[in-house]
Formats: sequence, structure tokens, C-alpha cells
Amino acid sequence: MVRRPSRRAYIGQWVLLAGVVAFGWLLADMVAGNYARKNLHFGFGFLGDQARFDIPFHLISWNLFDTYARTLLISFLNTILVAAIAIVLATLLGLFVGIMRLSPNWLARNVALCFIEFVRNTPLLVQIIFWYVGVMQTLPSPRQSIELPGGVLLNIRGLYVPDVVMSADGSTLWWLALGAAAATPLVWVLRVGSERIGWRALLLPVIGLGLFSASIDHIDFPALKGFNLTGGTQVPPELAALSLGLATYASAFIAEIVRGSIEAIPKGQHEAALALGLKGWQRLFLVILPQALRIMVPQMTSQYLNIIKGSSLGAAIAYPELFSIFTGTVLNQTGKEVETIAIVAAVFVTFNLLASMLMNWYNRRVALVER
Amino acid sequence: MDIGNSTLAARPAASGVGFGPGGDRDEVTPDKIKSALPKALDWVRRNFFSSKVNTALTVVVVAFLALALPPLIRWLFTDATISGSSKADCTGQGACWTFIRLRLPLFFYGHYPPSELWRVGLAALLLVTFSVPVLHDGTKRRGLWVLLLLTVFPLLAGILLFGGVFGLRYVDTTEWGGLMIDVVVAFVVVASSLPLGILLALGRRSELPVVRLLSIAFIEFWRSIPLLAVLIVSALMIPLFLPEGISIERLFRALVGLALFNAAYMAETVRGGLQGVEAGQQEAAYSVGLKWWQVQVFVVLPQALRYVLPGIVNNVVDLFKDTTLVTIIGLADILGIVNQAIKDPAWLGFAHEGYVFTMVVFFACCFAMSSYARRMERRLNRHRTGRH
Repeated sequence: MVRRPSRRAYIGQWVLLAGVVAFGWLLADMVAGNYARKNLHFGFGFLGDQARFDIPFHLISWNLFDTYARTLLISFLNTILVAAIAIVLATLLGLFVGIMRLSPNWLARNVALCFIEFVRNTPLLVQIIFWYVGVMQTLPSPRQSIELPGGVLLNIRGLYVPDVVMSADGSTLWWLALGAAAATPLVWVLRVGSERIGWRALLLPVIGLGLFSASIDHIDFPALKGFNLTGGTQVPPELAALSLGLATYASAFIAEIVRGSIEAIPKGQHEAALALGLKGWQRLFLVILPQALRIMVPQMTSQYLNIIKGSSLGAAIAYPELFSIFTGTVLNQTGKEVETIAIVAAVFVTFNLLASMLMNWYNRRVALVER
Repeated sequence: MDIGNSTLAARPAASGVGFGPGGDRDEVTPDKIKSALPKALDWVRRNFFSSKVNTALTVVVVAFLALALPPLIRWLFTDATISGSSKADCTGQGACWTFIRLRLPLFFYGHYPPSELWRVGLAALLLVTFSVPVLHDGTKRRGLWVLLLLTVFPLLAGILLFGGVFGLRYVDTTEWGGLMIDVVVAFVVVASSLPLGILLALGRRSELPVVRLLSIAFIEFWRSIPLLAVLIVSALMIPLFLPEGISIERLFRALVGLALFNAAYMAETVRGGLQGVEAGQQEAAYSVGLKWWQVQVFVVLPQALRYVLPGIVNNVVDLFKDTTLVTIIGLADILGIVNQAIKDPAWLGFAHEGYVFTMVVFFACCFAMSSYARRMERRLNRHRTGRH
């Protein structure tokens, strides 16, 4: 629409900008006044102060005398952890349920439909609290733990997973194994002679697995000793409830995204693939899914962002993630509201910006060239 | 906020898309080919036993249902108790719905004075009366009803719920609670975020660079923050922004934060509708001599909003589900009341019943709204694609 804005509108936008700046100035003034009344100073120096409170679950080491900056790091890692687990579970479950929805089997289709409709129409917070209070806290005591395959024990204190203890010089082998696994997709497309390496690149993860097992000293299985379990890693019930709740909620939306993008592909593609003689799974992976991915990826990315934002609900079940630790305990102790909230907001805005840039890059790469 | 409760047709591929589990590569046979079996049996054969994988899948799902459903139904209905007046009456193995039945007014109305409950019921009835003409597709003068819904209804509902005039007793917002708070919050937030969202969407498409930048910054900022952060910040920071001596109640702070938050999502939904209106409409309107705001109000927005109404209803559903988050800042909505009720010493151990009840209440409301949105969307798309 090529229409030049009027002179009045052109000037008006600068008036609007001036108004917004003036409003911001007014707010800042109010905040400064209220800060002065509470005897606080604006500044980020408090990050160097000692925290003096305990965090129940931490991935890296923590003690009472570490700084507030370290609480930021620890709670950030906790958020990333729960978001990563939830994203992986949600994607797997969502793909599974989405393809169920497309099955010619009436039962499979409708069971999936019931699951999706029930999960989508109930609030996320209620589901998370239900997983916590209704599932995790009804598990038996450590003495009567439920035994799962692989030496995993489940009880009211959490999920106990066997711990892998590495030998003294095992760390180099561990990094080599990780490097081998990471190099696989990069090596997949290389050519040796005239042929692509292709599936032979899978040898790399196998080698990595061998290196990894060589670096293990022994496996620490959780076992009952007295009234409690020792050994192994304890996954707290809050983490389990939060990730399961987030995963099931997002999986319902991902299932609909998967179904929608596969159904959006024109019938002609199915028929052409059939005419070429491709079998069912080949049709799916060679013809349908690559086209469906173009539609799916932006929507999946916003679902993943929703999972990251949803991790803040850990505050309701006392999981120590970024929001509840930083804008909860730290804010209460220091009283510096604007700084803590600014830091947390900056983290989330950064996530959003990164995801937007990733999506734009992907969209440009796979954009359909319209004739 | 999420993608919304289905933006695409809900009818699954019953035949032809034969690659999911149970799919047969020969399954693309049209239904018109006559089979030897009678029609009903043929439907059964096609849907359950069309191939080896399909048959196996049927067996697996039936086995799973046979294992999972009977205990669930027993707990929910058969062994459950609903009569009685105290915990001792809940003797069965099943759920204790007595607990819910005795507390029903609390869950729906909170601590609203029992003698004034008729006011809340009347306000709910008014909401239905004003909304039905807006949502029904065939009403004439729909715009008038929208205006009434957004101006006259809040006035009437405010008088009814607050009281203090016309001889009605004044009821403070601290006495409100239960599902009533969820509905009030959802309505107020949608009513205030819709105009703001439309303005933001128009601003985002503006040719004026400053306006466009400000709109984009606002929208992207509010869409990155989790809703819980917005609520807690509004509970904490709004007092910071006010001069000394003025304070607003927690409910209003939450409403302000939620309205700004939802305006960003509403703006994105409306933007989709605005992009769907052809440029020719705007050009024609300008060539007739209308000014910008006249073009938007009389030509562009009516068309855009009609297409975007399903998206707006999805937004309302998501917002309604998110109103449960006010529990965390201390407002006693239905989830807050359930949390309190299950900690009552006289009724310990009924957490499952409480949360299942909450989920059923929300499911009923949200499913109705999203079914309506789906039906509306199918009807709108019927004109465009010629399908169905």
C-alpha cells in the first residue's frame, strides 16, 4: 500500500514518542522516590553479596556463602534442565499422539482425540499441581519403592537413577565419546571417493559408546540402607512433576501441530508417491514429512518457547527454578525489585529473540519459491 | 499462550491417508467400491482390521482400555459416594464427591455473602444474554450488541457484584472468590485487551516508523515474558510506580498486568486477520476519499475481525485457563479455594477429588468454547476453499 502518511501523522508519531519517553521518565521518577523511601539504591552490586539461603536442588556445587550471581546461574541451569527434559518428552509424545490421530484405526484415532482434548482444555497449573500432589506424593515410602527396569527406584522422595562413576582418567575418554557422537551428523554428508559416507558414519557413535564404557569405573545403584536410599542420583519429585506436567500439556498441542501440518499437504503428493510405488513408511519419510516440516517448525518453536515460559510455574510446587529463586527468595532478601525483575525479564527476552532469529533463518532456508 | 485450540479442520482423514499405524498401502481405495459385507460390518473391517498392523493395533488399544478404564470408572462413579454430610460418610473405595457437593457454593462464589448470591447469578445470566447475540452468526446489528456487551453489561455487572448503590449491600473484592473470579478476570481482561490489541496490530502495520517500532517492541516484549512473571511483577511493582499514599487492590493490579499481556497476544491474532483483508479494499476506500481512521473502522476492521473471531475465541479460552495463575499471587480463585479446602483438617486426603473436579469444570467450559470456535472456523472457511 503505497500511500504517503499525512504531515500531521508524521509529526504525530514524534509526539507519541515524546509522550512515551515522558511516561517512562515519570515511572522512573516514582520508582526512584519509592526506592529512596525504602533506603535502597539502584545498582547491580548486590550480585556480589552472599546469599545465605539454601537451594534444595542444584546441578553444580552450592553452599550458603556463594554469591547471588551464583544463585542466578544455578536457578538458570535448573530452568534449562526442566525445559530440556520437557521439550524432549513433549516432542516424542506429541509426534506419537499426532500420528495416532492420523491412523485409519478408529480406536487409535479417538483415544488420541480424547487425550488431546482433555489435556488442552484443562489449565496447565492444575495439571502440574495434580502431577505433584496427586501422583508424586502418593508414591510409597523408600522402604517400599517401586522398582523400574534398569535399577531405577521410584518412591515419595523422588526418582533414584543409577549413577555412573568414572575412573580417574576417564574424563578425556568421555570428551572423546561426546565429540564422536556430535561429529556424526557432520560426517554423514561427506564424500569418500564418489560415495557419501552415509550410514557408515554411525560407526562413530558406536566407537563413542565403547570409549564411554571404557571410562566407567563402576555404576552406583541406589539401594536401601536403613530408612533411606543411598547411592545413585536423586531426581526430586518437584522436577519430575514439573517436567511431566509440562511435557504432557505441550504434547497435546504438538500432536495437533503434527496432524495439521501433515493434513495440509495436498492429496496429490500422497497419490504421486503411491504412483511411484513407495511403501507407507517411505511415503511418510521421503515425501510427506519433509514438506510438513516446513509448516511444523515455526509452530513447534513457539511451543518450545511456551515450555520454557511454563517452567516458571515451578514456583507453585517449590521447584527452585529461575523465577521462584530469583524473583522469589532473592527479591525478598534484597528488596531490589527493579533489578531482579529486569534480569529475569532480560533472560526471557533473550530466549525469545534467539528463537525468533532461528525461526527466521529456517523459514528463509525452506521458503517456497513462488512463481 | 499457545497456538490455540485448533486452527485447522478437525475432521481426521478417515480414508486415503493410509500411512499411520495400521495403514495399508492399498488403503487408498475409495469408499464407493462395493464390498461383499454389509455397510456396518464393512466400516468395522476398514477401521479396525484392514491390515495386520491395524489388527494388532486394535488388540493393543482394546487391551490397554480394558486394563485402565474399569478401575477409573469404579473410582469415579461406581464406588463413589455423593450423599452424606461429613467425612465419615465417605466409606467407599471410590471418590468422595460429598466433599465437593458440600463445598459447591464456596468453589463457585468464594466467600461472597450467601444472602447476596443471587446477584452473582443474575450477573452471569446477563453475561449469557449479552454474549449470545454477539456469538451467533446470524444476528442483525451484531456491532450494536458488541458495543452493549462492552459498555452496558460491565456497568450492570459492576453494580450487581459490588453493590453499594440502589440499596444493595457493598461487597468488597476481597470477599470474591471461586470460579466467579476466573470469569470476571477473563471478561475484564478480554474486554480491555481487545481494543488495545487492535490498536497495536494496526500500529504494527503502520507506515510511520516510530509507531511501528514501538508496537513491535511492545508486542515482542510482552510475548517473551511468562504470565506468572507478569502477575507477580504487577503485584509487586505497581505499588512502586505509584506515588505515596495511593494503592490499588491486588485484583486490579493483576487485571492491569493481564490486560497488557493479553493485548500482545490479541495483537498477533488480529494481525493475521488484517493480513487476510485484500489490499484492494483499502485502496478502494482511500480512493473514495476516506481518511485513515475511517478506512480502518468502516472497511478493514469489520472484515478482519470476522475472520479472526475464532482466533479471538481461542485466545479467550487460553486466557480463561491462565486465570488460575492468580492463585499464586494470593487471589482465591477456584484453584486457590480447592487448595485451601483440601488442607481443611476435617477433610484431609481428598486432593484427587478436588483437582479432578477443577479439571472437569474447566474442561466443560473450555471444550464448549473451543468447539464453538472450530465450528465457526469451518463455516468461515467453507466459503473460501469450497470444501465440506
